[in-house]
Formats: sequence, C-alpha cells, structure tokens
Amino acid sequence: MPMNVLDVENVSASYNGALAISKISFNVREGDLLGIVGPNGAGKTTLFRAILGLQNYQGKIKLFGYEGSQYASLLPMVGYVPQKVSLEPNFPATVYDVVEMGLLSEKKLNKGAKLIQNCGCCWNRIFGTSSKNSEKIEKALEIVGLEPLRSRRISELSGGEQQRTFIASALVKEPVLLILDEPVTGVDMEVQNKFYSVLRKINKENKITIIWASHDLTAISDHATKVACMNRDLFFHGEKDEFFSNKDLIKTYSESAMQMHMHNHSHEV
Amino acid sequence: MGLDFLTYGFMQRALITGIAAAVCCAMVGLYLVLKRYSLFGDALSHMAFGGIALGYFLNVYPIWTATAVSVSAAMGITKLRKSTKISGDAAIAVMLSSGLGMGVILVSAAHGFTIDLFSFLFGSVLLTNTSDTLSFIGISGGVIATLLVFRKPLLHFTFDEEQAKINGVSVEKLNYLFIALAAVTVIITMRLVGILLISALIVLPNITSMMMGKGFKKTMIISISLSVAATMIGIILSYPLNLAPSGSIVMILVAMYVGTLLARHAGLFSKKAVLQEIS
Repeated sequence: MPMNVLDVENVSASYNGALAISKISFNVREGDLLGIVGPNGAGKTTLFRAILGLQNYQGKIKLFGYEGSQYASLLPMVGYVPQKVSLEPNFPATVYDVVEMGLLSEKKLNKGAKLIQNCGCCWNRIFGTSSKNSEKIEKALEIVGLEPLRSRRISELSGGEQQRTFIASALVKEPVLLILDEPVTGVDMEVQNKFYSVLRKINKENKITIIWASHDLTAISDHATKVACMNRDLFFHGEKDEFFSNKDLIKTYSESAMQMHMHNHSHEV
Repeated sequence: MGLDFLTYGFMQRALITGIAAAVCCAMVGLYLVLKRYSLFGDALSHMAFGGIALGYFLNVYPIWTATAVSVSAAMGITKLRKSTKISGDAAIAVMLSSGLGMGVILVSAAHGFTIDLFSFLFGSVLLTNTSDTLSFIGISGGVIATLLVFRKPLLHFTFDEEQAKINGVSVEKLNYLFIALAAVTVIITMRLVGILLISALIVLPNITSMMMGKGFKKTMIISISLSVAATMIGIILSYPLNLAPSGSIVMILVAMYVGTLLARHAGLFSKKAVLQEIS
C-alpha cells in the first residue's frame, strides 16, 4: 500500500480577508499524479500556498506524516512552479542562475531525505545519485529544452520560456512532491506535449508524486491518475475515470470551466 | 608636475578608503537596486547622521554610535514593516526623517561642540586618518567576505523571496544579515561621498552595469569595476583641479551611466547579445 505523501485535514484559509478554501480534506499517495480542477478564484493557489508554508490556515497539513518543524525540514524537497512570476525587467539572472537556485540548500535536502527514509520511503532521484550539481542543472535544462538559452537573461525570455525555466528549477532538486500551478499557461503546444510526457515519465519511472492544477480537462483526462475538483469546497476527490463518468460534473465544476472543456474537445474534432 | 601628490599619505589613505567603500557599495547596491530598495542607503545614512551626532554628544567615537544607530534602526524598521505592512518607500521616509531629526536636535542641544557638518553631508575622504583607514579596511573586508559567502542565497532571495523560502533559504535571517551589511556599508561610504550623495554610489554603478545585458556575476564585476574606477579618477582629479572629491566621483558615475545609455541606444549591447546568441 503506497504511503501518504500529503494529508490535508479540514483546511480553511482566507485570501485578502475572504474565505478562499473551506474545510478541505484529501490525501495524496506516493506516485499519484493528481489533477486539480476548479474555476478561477476556486482557491487552488491558496491551497498550494498553505501546503508550501506561505499562507496561514486552520486545520492540519502533513508531509509524509510529519508536522511542525519536521514539516518545515521537508519543504525544500517540494518543487513548486507558480502560475506567474513577476520579474524585474532588467534582472540580471541567467537561465542557468535561476535553475541553480533550486539546488541551494543541499544540506536541507539531505536532512529531508533522512526523514523520508525514516518512514519507509526513499528519495527517488531523477538524475541518479552520482550526478554533480552542474550535471543536474544541464539535465534539467535538457528536459525542458532550454540548453541553448542557458546564458540568456531570464528577463529577456518569452513567458513560455520563463515558465520552462521555473519548471527546470523545480525539477533540478529532484523533488519528492511536485506542485504545479497551471504550469503550461502561455506555453506553445509542442512544449506542452513535451512537458506532459516529462510529467508522466518522472511520475511513472521516478515515482515522483505530482499535484497539478489546470483548466485543461483534456490534459487532465490524458495524463492525471486522480482528480480533485474544488471551488472553495472540495466537491470531488478520487480516481480519474470516476470523475469523468460523473454526470454531476456540470454542478460541481463551474460553467466557464465546462465551456473550456467543450472548446478543447471541439478542437480535437 | 606629475602624480607626485599620490605619494602623500592623505591621498593614499583616501584612495584605499575610497576603493574599500566603492567595492562594498557596488555589491550591496546591486541587491538593493534589484529589490527596489534604491533609497534605503539614503535612509540609512540619515540615521547614521543621527548616530554621529549622538557620538559627539556622548563623547564616544562617532563611527561606532553611527553603526549602532543605523543597524538597530534598520532592523527595527524591517520588523515594523513586516508587522504593520507599511510600504517600502514609507518605511524609508520614516527612517530618513527620524535620523535627520535626531541629528539636528543633538547638534542644536549641544551647540558648544564643533562638528564639521559639511564634511558629513558631502564627505571628507581626504581627511581620513590612519586609524579610520585601518578600521574601514577591516570592516569592508568583512562585508565583502560575507556577501561572497552568501551570494547565491542572496540572489535567490532577491529574485523571488517566496521560492527561496520553499527552497530552504532562511529568508528572515538572511534579510536581517543583509540589512546589517547595508548599514555598515553606508557608514564607511559616508566618509567618501557624504550622507547626501550615498545613493549615487549605491545606484549608479549598478543601473549602468545592468544595462549591459550580462548575467548576475558579470553584472556585479562590471559594477564593482565602474565604482572603483570612478572613485579613483574622482579622488585623483579632485586634487590638481581643486574640486570636491565626492562631487567628482558622483559626476563621473553619472557620465558613465549616460555614456552607457547612449551606447545602448546606439545598439552596442544588443548587437553583442545577438552575436553571442548566434555563436
């Protein structure tokens, strides 16, 4: 039986004074690729920020069963790609510099790995145990196809290229849990497809647990193994097939998201 | 005639102090500019002015009181800013005016003591004595070494504070450390260009080097080079031309900035970037 990577128990949190998520409970098991759907303002980002320790909340969140200071020690092992990063127009960091940022706290990563081993799991390396930091960075750049742009300033890149840089920065530390908040918004179809194949590969081969918020129901149905549907409250959490055969989808998922669903399918036809 | 004046002790001390301050300012300044905290140096220097007045008032070596006042004020304001969520520019305004207010009160209360106010406002690098020079070398060595050790977490923290926190950077401790380094840098730079011109040394070399389209490490190296060059040229030229060194340094930095702006406008840096990309 796979172990619980994440337990969210009765979690409520506010955003700008308004209740953004209300008493949400679910768990994520090792190896899950959980797609989270919900309209804009459904509280997906607030939920992620609570998990990442960036947001106050009521309730309990556990990582590998740990809370408190041990939870904080495990956080560096979580990779996070936010929906949008606002960049200074002249910021002089190169793509390489930004990817390297993911590797900053090696000591903390090793401390987290020990905690994970204590509860019977192992740190599934994407790049192999013997890789040096520079090799890891190169491999992470290769995964997102950004090797030719490694010396370019991130502020000079297009939105899609910037997003790929952040994905590489999240992957380079070989996370045990990867949280992606609409990661391919603004990225072209070719890179999207490549990204999804990478997502599946690291999920299946490296058993990296992934939580992924998206409006693209087609992509969710193609790649996720489980689905959660939320709009402040959690309406559904379970197997993907169960979700897509659920006739109450229209009720639980907003009309706008449904329109997007239809739109995507009409493209396929 | 020649450069004989460079053999004078006061000139050598001025150059050594100037270079030490220029390197620290360029390094600390890059992070400050990127964090949109360009005027923080100004606020710190005004606090330091209050500290200097306090030192004279209490008959303590003013550099130590200036350091204590500006470091503790900077820490206090950072904490206040976090707890009350006031904006960065408002926090700077609070520091700036309270430092100057305190200084003015102390100067007026002890109207018997003779501080050369002008030298604090506009710098007095040519008056640096040997013990000051030695303390400045030691302090700036410490600042530079600390910045080098923490350069990567500082870059990450400057780039994206939240992501740095997730990646295991101790953001709060790093923030306090950086504020303290900035305060100390301001103290040693105050002697070079004075309270009113400190921002120039913090901002100008960095916005100039940032225009050149390089990565972080090269941007910092260019900024340090520009800052050191302007300081040396400014001090050396000021003697035979009988000009104020602080003003000369600042105007050379302004000229460098305008020159780079024009060069960029002429496509000099973008062409290079394109060539680099092709190769």
